[in-house]
Amino acid sequence: MNPYLPRQAEVVSRTVESGDTFSLGLRLTDGEPYDFAPGQFNMLYLHGCGEVPISVVADDPDSDILTHTVRAVGRITRGLEQLQVGDRIGLRGPYGRGWPMTQAEGRDVVVVTGGLGCAPSVSIIHHILGHRGGYGHLSILQGVKHTDDLIWRAQYDAWAQLPDVDVLLAADVAEPGWHGHVGLVTALFDQLRLEPARTIAMLCGPEVMMRAAADGLHAIGLAEDRIYLSMERNMQCAVGHCGHCQLGGSFVCKDGPVFAWPEIRPLLGTRGY
Amino acid sequence: MNSSSFLPRDALQSLIDVLQDRGYRTIGPRAQDGAIQYLDIDDVAQLPAGTGDHQSPGRYRLHDGTSPRLFAWANGPQALKPWLFHARETLWCSTRGADGRLSFAAAPVDERPLAVIGARACDLAACHLQDRHFVDGMTDPAYAARRRGLFTVAVHCTQPAETCFCASTGDGPRAGEGFDLALSELDDGFVVVAGSAVGQTVADALPTRTASREQLAQADAEIAGAAARQTRHLPSRDLRAALFARLEHARWDDVAGRCLACGNCTSVCPTCFCHAEQDVPSLDGTSSEHVREWDSCFSEGHGYLHGFQIRPEIRHRFRQWMTHKLGSWHEQYGRSGCVGCGRCITWCPVGIDITVEAQAICGDADGGNA
Repeated sequence: MNPYLPRQAEVVSRTVESGDTFSLGLRLTDGEPYDFAPGQFNMLYLHGCGEVPISVVADDPDSDILTHTVRAVGRITRGLEQLQVGDRIGLRGPYGRGWPMTQAEGRDVVVVTGGLGCAPSVSIIHHILGHRGGYGHLSILQGVKHTDDLIWRAQYDAWAQLPDVDVLLAADVAEPGWHGHVGLVTALFDQLRLEPARTIAMLCGPEVMMRAAADGLHAIGLAEDRIYLSMERNMQCAVGHCGHCQLGGSFVCKDGPVFAWPEIRPLLGTRGY
Repeated sequence: MNSSSFLPRDALQSLIDVLQDRGYRTIGPRAQDGAIQYLDIDDVAQLPAGTGDHQSPGRYRLHDGTSPRLFAWANGPQALKPWLFHARETLWCSTRGADGRLSFAAAPVDERPLAVIGARACDLAACHLQDRHFVDGMTDPAYAARRRGLFTVAVHCTQPAETCFCASTGDGPRAGEGFDLALSELDDGFVVVAGSAVGQTVADALPTRTASREQLAQADAEIAGAAARQTRHLPSRDLRAALFARLEHARWDDVAGRCLACGNCTSVCPTCFCHAEQDVPSLDGTSSEHVREWDSCFSEGHGYLHGFQIRPEIRHRFRQWMTHKLGSWHEQYGRSGCVGCGRCITWCPVGIDITVEAQAICGDADGGNA
């Protein structure tokens, strides 16, 4: 088996989520099975342009459509933004170690995300809601710079209506009519309804936000090793060969992207790693 | 398999001939462009008779001599790495049909097996480290195919350069394992030892005679002398804890002031594995080659992540390189990533010496954090 070779996928849906964020629904054309765990990612290949790592959003066992939510920030993601339904791309994966869904069984779960960190984390929420009896209380916290950056607003409203689910939203800059918190998402921790001893936290977003969130959750009593972070680094091969994603001795692409806080804490926040 | 035999100097051509008869493409050291390089060889006359090398920080020069010896040099800028992990290589090709459908095909790999004559102990050790990276775990198909076919004829090093410190890392100057044949060069010929079953069959096909006790003693003495003459060393074979405890040491700024971030050290390093991937589309856009090329943690692109740079300063890049090479390799592959070949010292345009920097950062007792 050649681990570098993509499979062909067809764009079956395209959704604009916000000014620079869009979702692609992809279906593999080879009919071969594909299975992934929440928090894993795929390498999406745009013909003539290159590959980019994108986390898998959907966790729907009844559908063969793989949803990827992408922000157009670079050469390849801007190219992916131009795709239309029916276009073909390459896809290989899934890669990496995903969220600790097994360790979270029977526990309350806090999901803290910032910006587009909601995309790699939404699979956690789908998974818990799909296996509702297996998990306790679910707290969903999402922070954005500007309320315009908040995608899936209707989805958050729907989750907030569910029993045993809290949704807390924060924006640094809010448009009139915003009912969420104005400020940092980490300021919302005093509103959490949780029993620290039975809680596990999963964080995804800018590193500065994840560091503050980990410190804040630890301060209210969560154990260090029950706080998980999804890391982002330059990834070109996704199989631990190209070397770009190294964080100390860890290859983020294969040893992560999800790490227990103690695994990476010594280097977290050290400029240059 | 460890019985020693002796191959007279005038019979060395038989080694090339036997290997070629068995289908190998034969590679060996040649003096070209002012340096020892591993290139195709068909004739022993192409080997660098009498050539030696002077190496020091930032300097490499060949010199001629009257010795009949062919392997009386330490090393050149290349190890085995460029022959197994190509500096630039197409991994696969994407083709787009008129209907927009894509098809992906792996690039063909030249399956003709290679035989390298004159591999050094440090380079064989480095090759084993690259095996850990590219073969164990997720296997790189092209590397693995070339590696499977590789036949190595080690020549124990008797002429270490001033920059060498393989005795300190435990990787030389004697090639300990991982070779098919190992030679000790004496003035009148070569002591030959087989290190594998296939190596033994090649040895059996050579016009050897039994090595004398004096020849064996002379060979051992020369290797021991090569180890004893090395002056450089690392403070320890495991500097992981020491380095990561000193990430704010003032020396990182000092070395960053000298380092040009040119990446020469990573290019000549026989264990550095980083590579970048990019697409090279055809002019009409119907096909595109997905190419990988050696990258360096000193490059701008290595730590780039959509709009920001993980390692913006040279200080961060040098520290990444050295803490990885001497530190995190232990976590990844159970040992240091340095085999003591000294190339990064020789080929650094400003002569930065990894052994000196490691000593400056890790040699003090108090941690020295600024």
